Amino acid sequence: MMTPMPAWRMVPREQPAVKALAAVPLVTIGLTILCSVILFTALGSSPSVVLYNFFVDPFTSAYNIGELLIKASPLILIAQGLAIGFRARIWNIGAEGQLTIGAIAASLIPITWSRSESALILPAMILLGATAGLAWAGIAAFFRTRYNANEIIVTLMLNQIAFQLLYYLVTGPLRDPMGFNFPQSAPFPDAALYPPLFSGAGVRANLSVLITILVSLAAWILVSKSFSSFRLLVGGIAPNAARYAGFSGSRAIWISLLVGGAAAGLAGVGEIAGPIGKLQRILSPGYGFAAIIVAFLGGLHPLGIVMAGLFMAVIYIGSDSAMLAADIPTSAPVVFQGFILVFYLAAHVFVRYEFRRGSSLAPGRRT
Amino acid sequence: MDAFVFVFGGAFMTATPLLLAALGELTVEKSGVLNLSVEGMMALAAAIAFMATYNTGSHLLGFAAGAVSAMILSVVFATLVLFFMANQVAAGLATGILGLGLSALLARSYEAFTLAPLSKLDVPLLSDIPILGPILFHQDLVVYLTIGIGVGLIAFFYRTRAGLILRVVGENPHIAHSLGFSVMKIRFRAILFGGFMAGLAGAYASTVLTPVWSQGMIVGRGWIAVALVVFGTWRPLRVMMGAYFFGAALLGELAVQSGGIAISSQLMTCMPYVLTIIVLAVVSRDAVRIKLNAPVSLGENYRPIG
Repeated sequence: MMTPMPAWRMVPREQPAVKALAAVPLVTIGLTILCSVILFTALGSSPSVVLYNFFVDPFTSAYNIGELLIKASPLILIAQGLAIGFRARIWNIGAEGQLTIGAIAASLIPITWSRSESALILPAMILLGATAGLAWAGIAAFFRTRYNANEIIVTLMLNQIAFQLLYYLVTGPLRDPMGFNFPQSAPFPDAALYPPLFSGAGVRANLSVLITILVSLAAWILVSKSFSSFRLLVGGIAPNAARYAGFSGSRAIWISLLVGGAAAGLAGVGEIAGPIGKLQRILSPGYGFAAIIVAFLGGLHPLGIVMAGLFMAVIYIGSDSAMLAADIPTSAPVVFQGFILVFYLAAHVFVRYEFRRGSSLAPGRRT
Repeated sequence: MDAFVFVFGGAFMTATPLLLAALGELTVEKSGVLNLSVEGMMALAAAIAFMATYNTGSHLLGFAAGAVSAMILSVVFATLVLFFMANQVAAGLATGILGLGLSALLARSYEAFTLAPLSKLDVPLLSDIPILGPILFHQDLVVYLTIGIGVGLIAFFYRTRAGLILRVVGENPHIAHSLGFSVMKIRFRAILFGGFMAGLAGAYASTVLTPVWSQGMIVGRGWIAVALVVFGTWRPLRVMMGAYFFGAALLGELAVQSGGIAISSQLMTCMPYVLTIIVLAVVSRDAVRIKLNAPVSLGENYRPIG
């Protein structure tokens, strides 16, 4: 039933198939669009409305293109950090929590010095936010390396704790005393906000986009030139081999989680010092989780991640306009994300295996 | 004394979804497969079961619909790992995200709707025993059934031939294959059973335990169920005890509030998550013990025809 048809057999490729590798994201996106259109049609929207709102409307105005950058930026930033760990099979699922803690820490500066016009405010926020995200992920690295505790479960639990901490702070100590009891902080002064990238009225894209571009370039150089990514790869996949070669498996865990946490913390600063402009109960529409899909769809490669991040941002903006135009609910992007990862993983089999006709009596093997 | 009865009697209810999901995941992991989509399967089943119960008035139909929906999701997972040879962690996350998305999408117009609760059964005579009676013998049917399933699984794993074969598949699929068993079929059935159990767990959470629909109502309980399998070091009896321990911990918040102790509710909400990390660290600390107890092939795909 689940076994491959006897006429065909799967043979592992010696080298990943480059043509298949390039086709995987395209096949994935095609199948995702097909399934989503079928699903939303079944729920009562017309297919043309769904397609137009999700994939055309995001490109129709300068405002929307600005939004595209501002939504792609955190997705790409976090995904670059996560990909380092994923390549080494270290699963940081806690980027959403690390983003939250980064945002909370950074917000302490403008909340404390709410009238300051100092040019140091924003750099201090960036530094503090990244450090806090790094430290929060560091908890998971500590429990994994010291107590062998599975990092997937620990980072997920840390997410829930971070959400509760944020909830406590914005309804308690950090709530705006002049804010009519709304669960949010006072708005930040201009000195605590990223300056806009374009002078165009209403376009919200800001300088945080440059940080994402720089981090992506750095990740690209690291992956293509540096030895340390090889070390991460070896450390995660074959800890024993790594130890023989003199590399430390626990160092790979520390580096993966700390870099991922810092990137997520930085993305948190981008939200509160960007489009939001204050600390509030909801800081991100699930960027930390969506970045997992971005990392995979981008083939865990820094350039692929940039493309995948832009695609995911289109879905987020498309879902905003689809909600207004066609009453498609805000949870639609999560369904898209699920389809993307499912189809990506299925399509990826053609990169690693070729399908040959004929049977074989060769014994089973581990894959 | 009322608070005492409330916490220990209620713990059986709060533990039930954790235990149902954990027993399913335990079976899947015993076959050598790590399915991390429990949270998503529970979320989807919770939504489907809620809608089915709301529209038919029948809890039984709700449980059936929830179980079927989670089983469909588990077939998606099984296809990815058994046929497409996808990494099990990534496949679990993918299926889980799909489940969470569909849950929010399908039940969006049911927000804050409520259901009639399931009636409690009194075990004749025994429920009249002071204190112990209301704790142990005044529960709904599912609580008793869940304990029954747990006992049944213990018997299955350690007293039946099929259970032995399942464990051999998890320990060493090569040996199972060379003995003539289909690793794929056995793993597929285990994954399907895991989906069935996660479905019952989600259905119980949304139609019995808190019969009010709110998006994201599972809030990490599927992940606690995954952690419970590690806590119990892959032994069903210990997984059961762990689930009741966590059930009591989840109720702590309500008990503390009813006792009039002023502790921030956010702090209390955090307790199960903090507890999960600490217990996970304590149990996992001894890497050798984990290695001895975990199914040897856990997380590794197996391909019968090379």
